[in-house]
Amino acid sequence: MTEYEVLLQQTINGLSLGAMYALLALGFTLVYGILELINFAHFNVFMVASFIGMWALQLFGVSGQTRILTGAALAGVLAFAFVVTMAAAGVIGVAIERLSLRPLRGVRGTAAMITTIGVNYILFNAILLTVGAGSENYPNPLPVVRWQFGHVIVELKEVLIWVVAVVLMVALHLFVNHTRLGKAMRATAQDGEAARMMGVDVDRIIVIAFFLGSALAGAAALIFGLYYNYTSFIVGYTVGLRAFTAAVLGGIGSITGAMVGGLLIGLIETLGGQLIAVRWTDVIIFSILVLVLVVVPSGLFGRSNPQKS
Amino acid sequence: MTEPLLEFKAVDAHYGDFHVLKAVDYTIETGEIVCLLGGNASGKSTTMKAIMGIVRPTRGEVFYEGQTLRGVSTTERVRRGIAPVLEARRLFPRMTVYENLEMGAYTRRRGREFDEDLARVFALFPRVEERLRQLAGTLSGGEQQMVAIGRALMARPKLLCMDEPSMGLSPAYVEQVFDIIREINRQGTTIFMVEQNANMALAIADRAYVLQTGAVVLSGPSAELRQNEQIRHAYLGEMTVA
Ligand SMILES: Nc1ncnc2c1ncn2[C@@H]1O[C@H](COP(=O)(O)OP(=O)(O)O)[C@@H](O)[C@H]1O
Ligand SMILES: [Mg+2]
Repeated sequence: MTEYEVLLQQTINGLSLGAMYALLALGFTLVYGILELINFAHFNVFMVASFIGMWALQLFGVSGQTRILTGAALAGVLAFAFVVTMAAAGVIGVAIERLSLRPLRGVRGTAAMITTIGVNYILFNAILLTVGAGSENYPNPLPVVRWQFGHVIVELKEVLIWVVAVVLMVALHLFVNHTRLGKAMRATAQDGEAARMMGVDVDRIIVIAFFLGSALAGAAALIFGLYYNYTSFIVGYTVGLRAFTAAVLGGIGSITGAMVGGLLIGLIETLGGQLIAVRWTDVIIFSILVLVLVVVPSGLFGRSNPQKS
Repeated sequence: MTEPLLEFKAVDAHYGDFHVLKAVDYTIETGEIVCLLGGNASGKSTTMKAIMGIVRPTRGEVFYEGQTLRGVSTTERVRRGIAPVLEARRLFPRMTVYENLEMGAYTRRRGREFDEDLARVFALFPRVEERLRQLAGTLSGGEQQMVAIGRALMARPKLLCMDEPSMGLSPAYVEQVFDIIREINRQGTTIFMVEQNANMALAIADRAYVLQTGAVVLSGPSAELRQNEQIRHAYLGEMTVA
């Protein structure tokens, strides 16, 4: 394997991870864009969703990597698992908003943010206490299909990840830019009070932001399980913090920023791991987080000075 | 006699403990241009927010078309025909001019009426049609004010509430904005307008109220107020200098 091929291989791996980080980063950004709130509960919405995806797949008798499906059965089971996981994650996100954040609306200061930290901890312990601290072998019905280009390998699961990520991001783009509600969402993010005075029901927009962001975390969670073949109570932090870094790097609040930031963090993880050392990956990624916050707090695509009332 | 389009009856409003509006009464008849004058921080914008339902009266009541607005959502108020031109324009800066106009029509169905309203806005402001695909944040102040007024007209309002429409505009634009306001009124929209430019405002308004630290201290037909010593001193003199 030439050095060039190694880098190409790591780029392919990085794009897969990056697609997952991007989907997860979008949830931070959608909520922040509207409420200027960092939703820490998002970390473990992702983690809980990975378990929901696991249970959804197990409903079809898929366990471990032994029961392989093909054709329509594979497509059907995967579609079901994605829909169920995304819907369930979306509902969890909406419930968090309704139960723990809406009552605090209008309260100044850090109360809402601290509440999301509390909810994050509740989700974490709910899984730890019911499922346990072990790693779960993730059900994966995908056949091992790989395409080889020289020494560079592309796997079926990676193609699946890219397709799912691209479809979801294009759908989000269309929603936000070309539908009445999507435009109301952008308007609310740019000037909430003005949007309200145009007749926008801002509470409804907030619910939609939580639903979409959490549903995208659900998709990312299922991708995570299918890619790594495991999940555990801790993945909300390991994966979530990288996605959060991606959102900050792209400019939190910016949808394009979350997508680009996610891909960059994925590439930095694999290429940095290759060029420097895998065990330094976290140091590299969190140095980026700190650097961005210190040097360019608005990120690559963020607004340093949003017009707010 | 028909009922007024908008009526404040002894309205109080607070921000926390801070008492902003104090037993305020306004009456706006259908077809009028009514102007609200007052110095900084006298409660003019709060009045506008109380009409839109962003601020809720702590005492007293606001009536629109004879019905109380107590408990009526902002969305419903817009749907019933109240539309704002906000202080400092407050366009959605990273949306196009067209999208801003769409947001003005948010509570209404798309279709023939939307197209008619769009045509009306273009007729009033040919410049807006030229700038349709441009991001609103990149327009000049005068152009932004045209879009802000156009955006409000897209709601097809019966009552247009304008908060300092001439603020920050060059004299040429100020003149134009007041002409447009008069034209919009002629086309059948009632106007309640907050202004610091008392000279211009009194020239086009039928009646005016003067607000001072949250209380109405003077009101009457514009022609009368223009003769009033107090007003001339406090507002008109100041404006001729500026
Ligand atoms: N959201 C708010 N919270 C607290 N105080 C406010 C708020 N908005 C306005 N005020 C205060 O209320 C008073 C009246 O404000 P406003 O109605 O905006 O005045 P005007 O438009 O006449 O300049 C001012 O003293 C202002 O500082
Ligand atoms: Mg004001």
